[in-house]
Amino acid sequence: MFLYRTKRTLKLGIKSLWLHRLRSTLTALGIIFGVASVIAMLAIGEGASRDAMAQIARLGSLNIIVKTVQPPEDQHATGQQQSLQEYGLTYDDAERFRNSIPGVQVIVPVRRVAHQAWYRNRKIPVEVIGTVPWHLETSPIRLVMGRFLSNYDMDYKQDICVIDERVMNELFKFDDPRGQFIKIGSDYYSVVGIVSPQPIAVSSEQQKAKDAEASKKQAGANAGNVYIPLTTVKNRFGEMSVKISGQSGANVEKVELQEIIVKVANADLVLPTRDILQTVLERFHKKTDYELTVPLELLEQAKRTQRIFSIVLGSIAAISLLVGGIGIMNIMLATVSERTREIGIRRALGARKKDIIFQFLSETLLLTFAGGILGIFFGCTIPFFVTHFGNMPTVITAMSLLLSFGISGAVGIAFGMYPAYRAANMDPIESLRHE
Amino acid sequence: MDKLPARNLDFTADGSILVFEKLCKSYQLGAVELKVLREIDLVVKKGDYLAVMGPSGSGKSTLLNLIGCLDRPSNGKYYLGGHDVSTLDDNELSAIRGRHIGFVFQSFNLISQLNVLENIEVPMFYQGMSEHQSKVRARELAEMVGLGDRVHHRPSELSGGQQQRVAIARSLANDPLIILADEPTGNLDSQSGRDILNILDMLYQQGKTLIVITHDEDIAKHSQREIRLFDGRIDKQWYNR
Ligand SMILES: Nc1ncnc2c1ncn2[C@@H]1O[C@H](COP(=O)(O)OP(=O)(O)OP(=O)(O)O)[C@@H](O)[C@H]1O
Ligand SMILES: [Mg+2]
Repeated sequence: MFLYRTKRTLKLGIKSLWLHRLRSTLTALGIIFGVASVIAMLAIGEGASRDAMAQIARLGSLNIIVKTVQPPEDQHATGQQQSLQEYGLTYDDAERFRNSIPGVQVIVPVRRVAHQAWYRNRKIPVEVIGTVPWHLETSPIRLVMGRFLSNYDMDYKQDICVIDERVMNELFKFDDPRGQFIKIGSDYYSVVGIVSPQPIAVSSEQQKAKDAEASKKQAGANAGNVYIPLTTVKNRFGEMSVKISGQSGANVEKVELQEIIVKVANADLVLPTRDILQTVLERFHKKTDYELTVPLELLEQAKRTQRIFSIVLGSIAAISLLVGGIGIMNIMLATVSERTREIGIRRALGARKKDIIFQFLSETLLLTFAGGILGIFFGCTIPFFVTHFGNMPTVITAMSLLLSFGISGAVGIAFGMYPAYRAANMDPIESLRHE
Repeated sequence: MDKLPARNLDFTADGSILVFEKLCKSYQLGAVELKVLREIDLVVKKGDYLAVMGPSGSGKSTLLNLIGCLDRPSNGKYYLGGHDVSTLDDNELSAIRGRHIGFVFQSFNLISQLNVLENIEVPMFYQGMSEHQSKVRARELAEMVGLGDRVHHRPSELSGGQQQRVAIARSLANDPLIILADEPTGNLDSQSGRDILNILDMLYQQGKTLIVITHDEDIAKHSQREIRLFDGRIDKQWYNR
């Protein structure tokens, strides 16, 4: 019985909407654009957010990255023909970290040296990374072939190396690199494994600018990474590096470690550990020749930014939906006053107030749901074009579809209620007299 | 829907459907109270055919609206089928209109976007009759008023007389206690008017209770009983047959 009534009422609604096709279409357009913009905006926002999150997540959300930086006062040291600068993280720092921090899972000290690698007659610039066997635990790179460094390699300072796929492709082309020797400096290293290349991590705007600068400095400078046991690197390359800088001549720098990555057991430990590391470093370093990066913090910051971004985009879209809703209300009010006489007739023939409300509300809802469905359709196509032509990632979530559908329904009810209520409360006698 | 008293409406023991006791209706126009109906006493019995006459503005339509539960009296009592109408709420009044009262208007008042069949079905829809049942009944009624071959026409495709016949068919949809007609022939030529009167006569013969407003003495002659309103009072009343 209820079903029949609903069916009948909906049929009637469709009929009268169809009677005013153009008007219904124009009215529904407001909802279509509203819903489409909600979905598109949320998809663009979500896409941007996931992109940023993914980049940060690559840094490892449980990691705390301590980097060596040239202290500011040293950068301006001029006048001398030759100078020795000693700064940065040391093996002692790594040791102190290990001793002073509870809950630390992994500590990875890293030494980086820019160098050239030879295989037969091919030569490419690489970054030599002196590290420890458990390096992979703090890094997004994966072992692709062979093995990574082992404790044995560390203890006995083996002349072995693990190269990444970029190096493999450049240097070996079609040869199987395993068991082959590459030459770095004057020494030969046996290749024992292949890892995936290091993804370029962008952490924040500030960081981005720095990275851009850095990559300009070494433009084309390195084709990939070569991982060698830290002990071997210490032995072979020493800790001195000579920098030829413009007019002031040669600068000799002594840096023990470029990076120490500390990984903690769970997210709650990240910030307290960061504070402890900070204190330890402050105590033992006179100059600020280090920099602490906490990906988790960046992640949270990015989340906050994205939330604001989403709220702003969402509000703009919601306003357009609101405008669409007002359009619907306007048309429904016009419809109600146009059909005053029909309402009077129906009331005289036994329609209760709620029957009239139901009739007009169902018309509004039909309009908004039709608009909502079309809006979802357009809302899903817009992000597709944005991704294709605007080169921006977009993600349409089920949540945003539900949300916009729900909103269009709510708009239908909210803006349909008043006209329907007005229709129901008209005096039947007055309505019957209405021309 | 079944708990509405409308379902239980019936005649009182002496066969009267409708009883007015000192019924008054007045409108407040600013500070002035306009008394349209003054202390009307009236009893209508089952099977009566009542014609209401009177000059323009004497309150005929107002009286009919009160009888049809479209309006509430300002004062006095109105019993319909033994129920005091003034105690009923809007939903119950709607149910009474739909179930027990059939309206026929001077200007037909069909719903323009519905066809003949659908127009006749409207009162049945609001009483919750099943789709099949109401279709069958609507077709029967259309045939009864001689429009069996026009059931899919819109009102705009029918003549005035045909439209009024549809309206009468619609008023009979729920087999009401009373049929109320406000100048049913007012907008029709004399031939169509006669057709309508014949249908009303037929309904009277079938035992329906009819209350018809008219300006036309000839039409009033068809009725069994006439009342004449003047300035909101029943001026005269007499029986024709
Ligand atoms: N809503 C209203 N507000 C104020 N006055 C009203 C209202 N409705 C009717 N009246 C007045 O009540 C009086 C009776 O009106 P009614 O429509 O009952 O007359 P009638 O007898 O049907 O006249 P006619 O033969 O012209 O149809 C008129 O003077 C009219 O002005
Ligand atoms: Mg009148």
